[in-house]
Amino acid sequence: MTFAIRTTGLTKRYDGVAAVDGLDLEVERGALYGFLGPNGAGKTTTIRMALGLIHATSGAVEVLGERVTTDRGPLERVGALVEEPAFYRYLSGRRNLEYLARAGGRGEDTRRRLARIDGCLAQVGLTEAADKRVKAYSQGMRQRLGIGLALLGEPELLMLDEPTNGLDPTGMREMRELLRGLADGGTTVFVSSHLLAEVEAMCDRVGVMAQGRIVAEGPPGTLRGAADRVRIEVDDVTAARAVVERTPGVSILSASGEGAGVLQVLLAGDATPGALNEALVAAGIRVNALVPERDTLEDVFLHLVEGIDVPR
Amino acid sequence: MFRVEIGKALRRWRTWLLAAALAGVPVLIVIAVKASPPRPQAAEDAPPFLLQIVRNGMFAPLTGLAVVQPFFMSLAIGLFAGDAIAGEAQSGTLRYLLVRPVRRVRLLGAKYLASMALTGALLVGVILAGLLAGGVAFGFGPLPTLSGTTLSTSEALVRVIGSGAYILVAASGITAVGLFISTLTDSGPGAIVATVIVAIASQVIDQIPNLHVLHPYVPTHGWLGFTGLFRFPVDWSGMRAGLTVSAAYTVAFIVLAAWNFRRRDVTS
Repeated sequence: MTFAIRTTGLTKRYDGVAAVDGLDLEVERGALYGFLGPNGAGKTTTIRMALGLIHATSGAVEVLGERVTTDRGPLERVGALVEEPAFYRYLSGRRNLEYLARAGGRGEDTRRRLARIDGCLAQVGLTEAADKRVKAYSQGMRQRLGIGLALLGEPELLMLDEPTNGLDPTGMREMRELLRGLADGGTTVFVSSHLLAEVEAMCDRVGVMAQGRIVAEGPPGTLRGAADRVRIEVDDVTAARAVVERTPGVSILSASGEGAGVLQVLLAGDATPGALNEALVAAGIRVNALVPERDTLEDVFLHLVEGIDVPR
Repeated sequence: MFRVEIGKALRRWRTWLLAAALAGVPVLIVIAVKASPPRPQAAEDAPPFLLQIVRNGMFAPLTGLAVVQPFFMSLAIGLFAGDAIAGEAQSGTLRYLLVRPVRRVRLLGAKYLASMALTGALLVGVILAGLLAGGVAFGFGPLPTLSGTTLSTSEALVRVIGSGAYILVAASGITAVGLFISTLTDSGPGAIVATVIVAIASQVIDQIPNLHVLHPYVPTHGWLGFTGLFRFPVDWSGMRAGLTVSAAYTVAFIVLAAWNFRRRDVTS
């Protein structure tokens, strides 16, 4: 099967410092993929390489099965928003789309794009403002015009870098619905974001990037489950510690008290609260309470990205 | 792509402002000369064409071209060629053009041709405004050459148009230099200013006698060669030198611009 986006060992170094570091990423067709990471994680650099705007130091990136280089650029079936949208401020929204539809295309392809302009403007709710100069647009309107531009070529793949930037809560919801609708219609949507809630609310799959690498990948649910916390109340903290330390996949986050007290542990991999309970009881420790404290994605994110745990 | 570029330029105020400024030059000259005709004793230090305007309106477009060329045309080339890539990079639109996708070399080619076409259009504006103003104020007649012979009115018109054409072709080298500068930076104004400075510095060097060894190598060398069209017989040497230099600069700097633009990361 061909992937919508596939990178192999993709690396970009600036003055010897890796912004993207041997990235292996596979995005299946038809998915709404959330590309999550803090600012500076390398998300935009990855997107720019996938669009042929910057050279990869090493490794390769394929988009819709075709290798992307700076000489060729992406296919016409790729729509993109890279960082903030940018337009000719002295032209109206409609004229901007018209010029970009005409730029560099062949006859047939250009005519098809031109014919889609009104539809795309309507899709992003800019029909009424279409003939105003972009200079007079609000940030949210520019953002929506940027999405409209990305939709112009009936893309099979949309690569959107922080598409909800500058949108108010209503705008964000509309954007999520629009992207969800496109994904349901078969378009692959690849969205980068530093906002967890947003990605969690709309994506089928999430890749978390930090320091140039993917540190976690999967559906938002399993990602969250991958690092569950459990709060255990026991009658002998010291003995319980010893048991926990012997159990694979479990690490201690905090422990309080000498005799009766509370342990907070992190479960990873195959470890389950039930197995942990069994091990404790087998060691003769009385377990008064065992409370799963389900992590929010935000905790997972901070844990993965910064290697720190969130104090509770 | 070329048509897109022209369309964009025609929707910018600054293009029209520049066109108005350039076309205004021959008109202003005609008005000034009409208002206070030069006295014969001033003849010695006035430029050769200027004095002739009173006798023949055909000199107005010619004087216009000669006055516009050193600064206003350099400015136009800065705005068209210098701003070509850098301006798109600064506004961020460059990445959307490339993602469209437009191939980088194709974009450069379209920008170069658009810049030349727009400069040409400005020069046509200067000639038309000059003919109109000069014709209305002084009428046309046979044109005396710098060698003392005369040209018929129609022959004179051909030479005036030929001057405009030569000025445009001779500007191709600086246009290529401007395009190369444009690939070096993400600052539109920076590239515009740098291009204008190169054009003017080159003309200054070309004027300083002590630097005569450099003269044949500066990109604006031979810019004034079109005056050879108004000698009898026509003096081609200046134009030949100008065309050689501009052809060399055009080839060299388009190659440099393409090389630099292709290897560059677009991070704007």
